[in-house]
Amino acid sequence: MKPLDKKWVWLWSALLLVALILLPFLVKNYRVFQINLVLVYAIAILGLNMLTGFNGQISLGHGAFYAFGAYSAAVLMDKLGVPYWATLPVAFGVCFVLGFLLGFPALRLAGHYLALATFALALAVPQLLKYKHIEHLTGGVQGIVLNKPTPPISFTFLDQPFSADRWLYFFSLAVAGIMFLMAWNILRGRVGRALIAVRDHPIAATAMGINLTMFKSLTFGVSAGITGVAGALGGIVVAFVSPDSFTVNLSIFLLVGVVVGGLASIPGAIFGGMFIQFVPNIADEISRSAPAAIYGVLLIGCMYLMPSGVMGGLNKLWVRLRTKTAG
Amino acid sequence: MEALLHQLFSGLANGIIYGSVALALVMIYQSTHHINFAQGEMATFSTFIAWALINEAGWSYWAAFFFTVAVSFAAGLVVQRVVLRPIEKAPVLTNVIVFIGLLLIFNALSGMLFDHTIKAFDSPFPSDSPLATVYFSAHQLGSAGVLLLVLLALFGFFRYTSVGLAMRAAAQNPDSARLVGIRVSWMLGLGWGLAAAIGAVAGMMVAPIVFLDPNMMAGILLYGFAGALLGGIDNPLGAVIGGLVVGVLENLLGAYVIGTELKLTVALVLIVGTLTLRPDGLFGKKVVTRV
Amino acid sequence: MADLLRVQKLCAFYGATQVLFDIDFAIEAGKITTILGANGAGKTTTLRALCQIVRTTGSLELDTGGGNVQLAGKATESVVRLGVAHVPDGRGTFGALSVEDNLKLGAYVRKDRDEVARDIERTYQRFPRLAERKHQQAGTLSGGEQQMLAISRALMLRPKLLLLDEPSFGLAPLIVAEIFRIMRKINQEDGVSMLLVEQNASLALDLAHHAYLLETGRVALSGPSENIKNDESVRRAYLGY
Repeated sequence: MKPLDKKWVWLWSALLLVALILLPFLVKNYRVFQINLVLVYAIAILGLNMLTGFNGQISLGHGAFYAFGAYSAAVLMDKLGVPYWATLPVAFGVCFVLGFLLGFPALRLAGHYLALATFALALAVPQLLKYKHIEHLTGGVQGIVLNKPTPPISFTFLDQPFSADRWLYFFSLAVAGIMFLMAWNILRGRVGRALIAVRDHPIAATAMGINLTMFKSLTFGVSAGITGVAGALGGIVVAFVSPDSFTVNLSIFLLVGVVVGGLASIPGAIFGGMFIQFVPNIADEISRSAPAAIYGVLLIGCMYLMPSGVMGGLNKLWVRLRTKTAG
Repeated sequence: MEALLHQLFSGLANGIIYGSVALALVMIYQSTHHINFAQGEMATFSTFIAWALINEAGWSYWAAFFFTVAVSFAAGLVVQRVVLRPIEKAPVLTNVIVFIGLLLIFNALSGMLFDHTIKAFDSPFPSDSPLATVYFSAHQLGSAGVLLLVLLALFGFFRYTSVGLAMRAAAQNPDSARLVGIRVSWMLGLGWGLAAAIGAVAGMMVAPIVFLDPNMMAGILLYGFAGALLGGIDNPLGAVIGGLVVGVLENLLGAYVIGTELKLTVALVLIVGTLTLRPDGLFGKKVVTRV
Repeated sequence: MADLLRVQKLCAFYGATQVLFDIDFAIEAGKITTILGANGAGKTTTLRALCQIVRTTGSLELDTGGGNVQLAGKATESVVRLGVAHVPDGRGTFGALSVEDNLKLGAYVRKDRDEVARDIERTYQRFPRLAERKHQQAGTLSGGEQQMLAISRALMLRPKLLLLDEPSFGLAPLIVAEIFRIMRKINQEDGVSMLLVEQNASLALDLAHHAYLLETGRVALSGPSENIKNDESVRRAYLGY
């Protein structure tokens, strides 16, 4: 790479870093809360994308793993007094195991059958969470109310106090950073290529020595784990979990985020997260059903016009710009 | 013993509804090899149309019923021709995403045009009608009758008419079907139209029981899926029987084993179980994928 | 004699790959024409091109008796409705449906129900084995019976042109002989024009009136089948016997 290019990359990265650090102090607390949710959804979408975008296994039920992650964190914090940051690895573990186990029957289910089974899971989860025999753990219909963690240091910057939400912003940013780095590492190497090979030519992949069973189940597990971490983080950020927060809509919205952001695109998850966080806020003004309508039209529109989502569209634009300046 | 019979018959009455939804799903699956995730929302929207005709426009029940069925048929046909035909050859993921898109749009339409308050939907078989018996309410017996008529009409259509034969041929072997001059694309549209019509009838039969709101059919769709899978996703008669079995199981398990709160989980277990242990269902044909 | 079908500058493509290169040929009405060639020469593709199952460029003119119609660019179903019946390689029977249902489907586009019933009866007389298995699932028939069923189904259309793709494939010699005998009879009695694609060159040349030889997507040779049969150098060079 030319030395000039490298300098620009460093410059832009530094600027971005500064912007990210300043951001929570430039906006009101409620906005910070919303941005935190964007990060949470971005992580969840990343998890789903790994399974559906990269590996071609269709899940309409990732909201279930989000819910399990959220409830794991909530129960640990509320009943066992575990500190909030320690719940994240546990959420990953729990959801990884669940996803891995679910991955086994999932193997025999191609395409729409898997979509169907995960859809059923998503529909059944709220009822499951309300089950009265586990109410002492889950809080039943009312759910569990949590306390937002207090920031480790207190100060004021640019006239804004370092509130719980602002602390959680940096915390979420760190978690997101770790998750994205992890995903990027997994996906760019041999594993990434294997994932795509299994998606596009499963029988050939087997012939080349990939243990399909293990591989697909592991992918399911990791994908579920990542979305589980998002769920736990989400529970901490919102400081509340209840069964009706995790209806089938959540699973559908995550899918929307994956499609809009870009199937098999890691940075696309951030667009997806922004999209599913802010569109309902704006669209709700028009009507309660408007977000659903917009999502529906967009899902269909994307499949027709922009199958690789926003990231795909941007990539194409970027390529076109570069070839223009080069030629 | 009384109670058991009650649960059994109630389960059968529900099962007919699940069986009808299952049939609609199987019809679309047979011809397109896709699962219509939007089936429930389309049925709900149809039911809303009927509700509006009866309660806002003052139509009689049966006039609204037949009009709704006709409109639903047309809508199903249009959806297939306009939205689904261009992606017929696209990968499964694309189709699933578009189906979910349709689900969202129909759900949104229901909410936007008819708002989210729960509405009562009157049964054409009021509880004091002569149809009421000890084990079946008038509505249960009446709706079971209506649905059975619909199912019989369908079977007759497929077995004894040439268009029905052509649809079956197009579903089994679209390439050969073209070689005898069948317009396969239109057959697919017809299949969608019929499925939408069946869904509308199922929705109108269910609404008096569970009340009408945009999310009415979500749970029922799940039972329909379970029934369709149980019977074999490519077997129409199996779908109906599967629906009946699901209805009975739902009631019996709910009353005697796990309580009524986990009914959806029962459906989930049935679906995952069938897919894992016996993917062809009880009556389906084995499908072999060629390398 | 009048040409039933005139093909000019026909090119065919599977996706981006071109398989046929400027093919010209004609089919005489009432006669049997055969297309010969080695594996991969493009014989099956030619039949698919006529039915518009693959993408083509060039002209395909069919004499429908009421004027000439261009087949290129039409949907397969429309080509069939103009009177072109195709017996594909692999028979293409509706395996899950009964023998009788298969025959009924063959006449799907026809409106004359009485005549259709009569044609079904004639089929059973011509092929007693099919009559025995009237209500049996077509997929359970033997290879030879399926071939008879496939040809009968195509004939139910009362086609102007019958396309046959490798009817001898995978069948025992006795059955093949019987089928070819029946095809000659159908051509002589009912005057059905046929285009036959065959690997078995000697059988095809015995049956057909005219022959075209394809080599890697181009017409290498053409002429009355008598001439080709009797020309030893041609036979040895192109047909291997």
